[in-house]
Amino acid sequence: MSSFVRNQWYVAAYGSEIGRGLFARTILGEPLVFYRTAAGEVAALADRCVHRRFPLSESPSRLADDKIICGYHGFTYDRTGTCVSVPGQTRVPRTARVPAYPVVEQDSFVWVWIGDAGLADPALIPRAPWLADPRYTTVSGLEPLRARYLLLVDNLMDLSHETYLHGGYIGTPEVAETPITTEVDEDRGIIYVSRHMDDAACPSFYAKSTGIDGRITRWQDIEYHPPCLYLLHSRIAPVGVLPHEDGTDPDGFHVEVVYAITPETEHSTHDFWAVARDFALEDQGVSDFLAESNRTVVLQDVAALDVLEEVIQREPEGYQELSVNIDTGGLAARRILSRMAGTPVKVAR
Amino acid sequence: MSERVAMLSGETIYRIHWKLGTDLLVGVCHCGAEQESDDPVLLWEWLLDHPGGHSRAAVPVPPSKRPAGVS
Repeated sequence: MSSFVRNQWYVAAYGSEIGRGLFARTILGEPLVFYRTAAGEVAALADRCVHRRFPLSESPSRLADDKIICGYHGFTYDRTGTCVSVPGQTRVPRTARVPAYPVVEQDSFVWVWIGDAGLADPALIPRAPWLADPRYTTVSGLEPLRARYLLLVDNLMDLSHETYLHGGYIGTPEVAETPITTEVDEDRGIIYVSRHMDDAACPSFYAKSTGIDGRITRWQDIEYHPPCLYLLHSRIAPVGVLPHEDGTDPDGFHVEVVYAITPETEHSTHDFWAVARDFALEDQGVSDFLAESNRTVVLQDVAALDVLEEVIQREPEGYQELSVNIDTGGLAARRILSRMAGTPVKVAR
Repeated sequence: MSERVAMLSGETIYRIHWKLGTDLLVGVCHCGAEQESDDPVLLWEWLLDHPGGHSRAAVPVPPSKRPAGVS
């Protein structure tokens, strides 16, 4: 049974990836073709000509006047997927159309709705406003993962693996020694995992880039909006300095780490990542450091999860995993995803 | 942290706190019921079964509340 959650918004691309050319990407097993119209809007169609299935993204298919001309026989589609021209005849069959997908460009991402287009409500798209906010500087990337998306969710919901898989990069002793709180908002479908360190050593990178001298209050708060958007709010401040009661936090330094977890197939995933910060905005050295270190961490995860996918595919049915305290957030995510996918809840012990 | 962290607010928030210095988890239902366990799977089942089971000890309480790292 598929683990895909349909009737949801997914990040298909960064807005910067889509231009006036044809751009192919498979989302939840559905091959799509994207392009930007002359007016600057993003269009998304099924990437198969209705005639003989030739991919509309494949050369010599091309874009002309906001319409795609199939490179095989010349069937021509407008941005709604309606075929407006068939070679050698004047009549266009009524069934000559390809599905068009609802698209919204927001927070630097191109979101696409996979499922019943009539249910697509842009208000349901979770936000990552920092990525398009001039008060933040952002670095970002996209890595192909040859593993099912559930493995990446599991990985990101438990940051204690930092100490082992990413030793020397982002792990510090306090991360492993601080208790976590896991919260589930059943109504809104949000999972929140908090690790608040009251008195921690300040990593030299932060000391240098923020100017904080001495020990720090360090918060790591995971906010997961299943299935696609994962946010890690990282806050550091001098010891004892907390956000104001009204929610503002002028004395804290913030790094917002954003992942978009988009299934490509049942066994592969688009791993979008971005790191936004509200300090040292013009410092290219800080940007380079955050881009390099986060990409290194992502690639370490990718290597491990690629191996894990192979292991899972080779093992017999019914393998019994073991779950412990650090898995509390991951277990909550699995439950909500199972429910969203309409599959029976079956959680490892 | 000595105080319990609560970042979300709403009518149906389930929380599991990892008790400082122990291997114990504390489940707190939105109705106020609490339960301790060292098994996150059982604790989620107890929480999400609200209100069923809240009046009885549905989750086995460990024989000893030993400090973390001692087994």
